[in-house]
Amino acid sequence: MDLHLKIWRQKDHQSEGKLVNYDLTALNPHMSFLEMLDTLNEKLIVKGDEPVEFDHDCREGICGQCGMMINGLAHGPLKNTTTCQLHLRSFKDGETVLIEPFRAEAFPVKKDLKVDRSAFDRIISSGGFVSINTGQAPDATAIPITHQIAEEAFDSAACIGCGACVATCKNASAALFTSAKITHMVLLPQGKEERSNRVLNMVKQMDAEHFGHCSNTEACEVECPQGISVLNIARMNYEYNRALFLRKK
Amino acid sequence: MILDSKIPEGPLEQKWDNYKKKAKLVNPANRKKLDVIVVGTGLAGSSIAASLGEMGYNVKSFCFQDSPRRAHSVAAQGGVNAAKNYKNDGDSVYRMFVDTLKGGDFRAREANVYRMAECSLNLIDQAVAQGVPFGREYGGYLNNRSFGGVQVSRTFYARGQTGQQLLLGSYQALMRQVGKGSVQLFSRHEMLDLVIIEGKARGIIVRNLDTGEIESHAAHAVVLATGGYGKIYYLSTLAMGCNGSAIWRAHKKGALMASPSWIQVHPTSLPQSGDYQSKLTLMSESLRNDGRIWVPLKENETRKANDIPENERDYYLERRYPAFGNLAPRDISSRAAKERIDAGFGIGPLKNAVYLDFSKAINEQGKEKIQEKYGNLFDMYLKITGYDAYQEPMMISPSAHFSMGGLWVDYELMTTIPGLFALGEANFADHGANRLGANSLLQASVDGYFIAPYTIANYLSNEIHTGKISTGDPAFKKAENEVKNQINGFIKINGTKTVDHFHKTLGKLLYDYCGLARNKEGLEFAIEEIRKLKQEFYNDVKVSGQGDTMNTELEKAGRVADYFEIGELMCYDALTRNESCGAHFREEYQTADGEALRNDSEFQFISTWAWKGENNEPELIKEPLIFEEIQPTVRSYK
Repeated sequence: MDLHLKIWRQKDHQSEGKLVNYDLTALNPHMSFLEMLDTLNEKLIVKGDEPVEFDHDCREGICGQCGMMINGLAHGPLKNTTTCQLHLRSFKDGETVLIEPFRAEAFPVKKDLKVDRSAFDRIISSGGFVSINTGQAPDATAIPITHQIAEEAFDSAACIGCGACVATCKNASAALFTSAKITHMVLLPQGKEERSNRVLNMVKQMDAEHFGHCSNTEACEVECPQGISVLNIARMNYEYNRALFLRKK
Repeated sequence: MILDSKIPEGPLEQKWDNYKKKAKLVNPANRKKLDVIVVGTGLAGSSIAASLGEMGYNVKSFCFQDSPRRAHSVAAQGGVNAAKNYKNDGDSVYRMFVDTLKGGDFRAREANVYRMAECSLNLIDQAVAQGVPFGREYGGYLNNRSFGGVQVSRTFYARGQTGQQLLLGSYQALMRQVGKGSVQLFSRHEMLDLVIIEGKARGIIVRNLDTGEIESHAAHAVVLATGGYGKIYYLSTLAMGCNGSAIWRAHKKGALMASPSWIQVHPTSLPQSGDYQSKLTLMSESLRNDGRIWVPLKENETRKANDIPENERDYYLERRYPAFGNLAPRDISSRAAKERIDAGFGIGPLKNAVYLDFSKAINEQGKEKIQEKYGNLFDMYLKITGYDAYQEPMMISPSAHFSMGGLWVDYELMTTIPGLFALGEANFADHGANRLGANSLLQASVDGYFIAPYTIANYLSNEIHTGKISTGDPAFKKAENEVKNQINGFIKINGTKTVDHFHKTLGKLLYDYCGLARNKEGLEFAIEEIRKLKQEFYNDVKVSGQGDTMNTELEKAGRVADYFEIGELMCYDALTRNESCGAHFREEYQTADGEALRNDSEFQFISTWAWKGENNEPELIKEPLIFEEIQPTVRSYK
């Protein structure tokens, strides 16, 4: 199959970027989207041009490193799919495909399609953990957790931190990412002790990183490769208000 | 050179306790004076960095990904072993030790393996306390499943994403220390050389992948937790960035490599479908609990899987290994698949796969139950292949996966360079010639959480009077210049072929001659071919862009340059081991019915290699394996 690509090229954060046209022919529809970009890059390198920089690593949909806007959609047209798990069979022969980086003030563009998502690490650093040192853990059976709770916590813990939620949000809010971690932790008995400080610190950090506010359009859930629910955001709001209330007392 | 493995005295079950009792400590007030560099942020790297940070050392943590949370431990699916015996099915530390040693074809150290089994109990406790949402029974207790190579249920799992959840636990512990300031994080940095001063590891040279800047970092000890080098085959189950460069550069500075040719080929990856392909996706081994593996009885079968009646199917694992059946260990299952594929019974468009069939399990347990156990894997299969595995069998194929080989380390996980430690998959220890399923997350974690914190402290206790190590030392300048020369060299070649072209060619060569099966002639041929290919690379590779900016092609060029040398060493290693064991199947040494023929009288040792310079034959140094607790037996799963 053939594809016409319009790819965002940007030398570095300071430089101005622009869309550049590329045509690829005789592509195998079973190729993954990133393999299609590999193919393009091979051609560019042989010609002496610089290849398109994009982030990726595991190519199994689990590391969370890949991610770009494809025809205006984070990770492209398929539901609950990372870019690396998207295949050309999802596109029409001869289609024009627009490829841009994730855009948010908190995710500065590094080069071409690569952005800096280290703000997410700093949000985790501000409280997204259980404060236990190595070697201090009680026997695992000492903390029974029902099957349902463990599974529910897992649903939130499954976030891969790719940033699609931020990129697709009109406010560039990190509410889905942050709330998923808060919910994962607060559902489990191990995480309950620090619930108030955690939510206050993480929300504060989220603001400090210049992520926007959540205005409940729920676009994030639609674009999330892991299907993380917006109910996490409701839980985060509840936890935040609870923490404020308890602090006042 | 005589290798001292430093195995502590005493009975097997007391060795680790004896070590810990005698290990030297560092006063908390002195820890602030000591710097440690940790390269890699997977399970081994993040857990040791977090642990040392908690203890009060100054830690610098490096990874090439954009965040430590992306390290390839994240991709492990099936589970992590621990001899908790929660199922009351007869499991124990001793049984896990025996299974692991036997599974590794008696090519691992007894004391290391026993310690790994022993520490497994604490790991589950640690992970649960961090909030890892392991699978639970309805009553609230932890659940287990069984994995290849064993007959008990000792594998703890978090759906099909156990590696991800364990890694998030250790990543969060790491980020907690980053927040506290005890660990400094350097993401998007790649280690390009090791700096040695007066015989001790004193620092590293890294390239900032965002800016291209070359930086020097000094410390009292350096820990390499950089994972495996299985991506050398190009097509593999590994992430695209996985590489062997950090350990290889350390090797060229004097650290010995052990067992480089033992690279596990995983039996349940998705088959290759075309030349454009960049990697092979792994399907969790846990699928073999309910999936039955078969090929058609008839050669060159053209009918679809569902049209082939039961009596025209060959369930070859159940046929050949009735006691373990579909749960036979990875090396056995991979080789059995290759044997059927080579004999002309392979299926799929390229005839390079076998079926993994869930129809019986779905009939017996219902689709819902199977969906709950493996739902995400079935979804992944559908996304990648476009086929619904609830309706027809999956197609799977063997693929390069895990390197049992790596830097040689003693019982303290220290390499032959004082102050240089290697943890997790970057070292050679614990697995022998074959790694049992669900032991990789375990080894990486216990190395980082429970072993290295003691052994590194023991080493550092002699460093408290050393004072700050300065990057002003000429050794840093020299190493920096070497790195810069290499980078400029790549850019200057300006040839006609891409880095990927060379990587793919090398990978195919290794699959064909140093893969699932090897023979003397093929290995000798491969060594010659690798040398030629390497020469061509240095004459004709094309790396576009510049050295002092972000440049992915340049990163890849450095890794592939190292792969040529690692590949050559793999072939040497395979060539000198005149036996078949675990991942190493020498065609000349097999039984009449095609099983591996181990030779304990001549090869009960670890092959350890010293670098002797480019194009020179490496030097083989043997570490004899002494079995006191159990005597090696023929490994039978029949």
